[in-house]
Amino acid sequence: LSAITSELQNSVLKTRMQPIEAAWKTLPRLVRDIANNLGKKINLVLEGEATELDRQVLELIKDPLLHMVRNAAGHGLETPAERLAAGKPEVGTLRLSASHEAGAIIVRIADDGRGLDTAAIRRKAAERGLVSQAEAELMPDAQAHQLIFAPGFSTAHAVTNLSGRGVGLDVARSNIEQISGQIDLTSTPGQGTAFTIKIPLTLAIIPALIVATAGRRFAVPQASVIELVRIGPRSAYPVESIESVRVLRLRDCLLPLVGLARGLALAEEDESAGFVLVMQAGGRRFGVIVEAVLDIEETVVKPLARILRCIPVFSGATILGDGSVVLIVDPNGLAQLADCDSSETDNAEAPAAAGSGAEVETPLLLVRAGGGALKVVELSRITRLERVLASELEQAGSRTMLQYRGRLMPVLAPEGAAAVAPAGRRQSLLILATLGHPIALAVDEIVDAVEDRLDIQMSPDRPGVLGTAVVAGQAVEVMDMDWYLLKGMAEYGPRLAEPEPLKAVA
Amino acid sequence: VTAREFVTLRLNDQLFAIDASAVHDVFQPLGVTPVPLAGGEIAGVLNLRGRIVTAVCARRRLGLPAAADETETIAVGLEIGGDSYGLIVDSVEELRVIDTDELLPPPRGLPPRWADVVQGVCRLETELLIVLDTQRLLDPTALAAA
Repeated sequence: LSAITSELQNSVLKTRMQPIEAAWKTLPRLVRDIANNLGKKINLVLEGEATELDRQVLELIKDPLLHMVRNAAGHGLETPAERLAAGKPEVGTLRLSASHEAGAIIVRIADDGRGLDTAAIRRKAAERGLVSQAEAELMPDAQAHQLIFAPGFSTAHAVTNLSGRGVGLDVARSNIEQISGQIDLTSTPGQGTAFTIKIPLTLAIIPALIVATAGRRFAVPQASVIELVRIGPRSAYPVESIESVRVLRLRDCLLPLVGLARGLALAEEDESAGFVLVMQAGGRRFGVIVEAVLDIEETVVKPLARILRCIPVFSGATILGDGSVVLIVDPNGLAQLADCDSSETDNAEAPAAAGSGAEVETPLLLVRAGGGALKVVELSRITRLERVLASELEQAGSRTMLQYRGRLMPVLAPEGAAAVAPAGRRQSLLILATLGHPIALAVDEIVDAVEDRLDIQMSPDRPGVLGTAVVAGQAVEVMDMDWYLLKGMAEYGPRLAEPEPLKAVA
Repeated sequence: VTAREFVTLRLNDQLFAIDASAVHDVFQPLGVTPVPLAGGEIAGVLNLRGRIVTAVCARRRLGLPAAADETETIAVGLEIGGDSYGLIVDSVEELRVIDTDELLPPPRGLPPRWADVVQGVCRLETELLIVLDTQRLLDPTALAAA
């Protein structure tokens, strides 16, 4: 029977597959029109047209592809005169390629044009208020390139009917990320720009490990699990604790661990015996403790209802062979859990560091807050930096709130300032790392991100201040994020003051 | 024509009604998988003939005390914004035509959890019938704020 079902599944999958050619067939015409319109000479090269992908995926990437080709032809490639002047052949090349690579499809769009104008991007980003002037100047080129994906960004000088309409790359990126794809770009001035899109082969069916913890079952996408390690009394790989963070000594590296049971607030303690799933997600490697690994199943992914989409740890649900529903764990969400866990230890270590003198360099964020004074925050305590229009902030009595990702988030004023008072048209916010209940801290300006030893030398007994440290050659106040966290939690009201959810947050 | 069909249901001995056009079916919520980290009103997800349905406990959504016997519940299947929900209630009563023009506005001073979701009140001969807005009842942003 299993032979029949797998055959059936294969043929069903096959009928869903279409060559990428279907999304490309309008491109030669498009490129020719652009070339004629702008007086350019463009040679369009298509490679790997026969690469097949899921029809649903194809639909979703069609528009982003079109947009990027339009961008490359419109902005990326120079006019023949410019090209000759730069010592390049008169005819510009636009190369699209598609290939299979380890369960994913890689689509590359490369041109040999002028490359991204980093200076223009920095200028524009600062003008648009996406980043501050200082941030724009300090950020490395590769990071500046990423700015072109920011909402509402366009470097085109003139608005033409071809490109530079200011909508697009941000939409392209969100379309691709929606199907858990990735988009990346490299650009060399004078030599061209290449976009690389990595998309999953199919959205419909993913192989997943069915794991059990605290008596519940969950599905973990197999693609992000690198290996399985058995832990417990007789295991060759011991689980150890440094302060409260648990690590797995795996060969010659220390792997930070996050327990699924505790991370999902299912149990007080994680299992001491069982398995660790070594995972790679969200740009980091970490281990997830589970009680048992039951099975590997090809799971049909079903999206969660809107009401559940605010839980970042789950990406969907699936129905197992026995008819029961299990939740599919999102590896990126787990990575966030791991982050929360490690930020928990950061604050546990901070007071100790004050005495012993921290040896390690900590990523820090320098901000101006509360009357323009320079302050410092541990970067690990912050999940995001946001800049919002001052008019988006809402006042309710003495409290300030912001509608953030579909829910109300308290906005705290730094200690020393009476209320949140935006200095200009825009307000910079630090979004604190909590689980499920975001809290924003209003600051005047984000000055710089530095790596330095956080050696807290003086600890005044003032709320919101951990002490004073010398960072980047000057003495600055270290903000006490735990204090702000508690203050923010209090804003959420008594519902959170109940012990259980607080545990999930802490 | 302002008369529409409503499904009436009972929660904590109070009569409620929801718009029948959103109601797909009525089923027994069996094999519910709880969702960790979800709000208290989320009972979990379940498999209803191959579809994944999110079960929401109406009592908890409205801040009512838990039912004495949790097993004696029934769910109203709703389709909202392409998602399938099952609203868990004490009992489903009947299909009833209500003229929406004759609905009284919700009285002031209702707790915020209610004020948001009560569309209006209908005076029946023997008791009051509270018409609920299902859209708002299952709206994630309203839930987060409540």
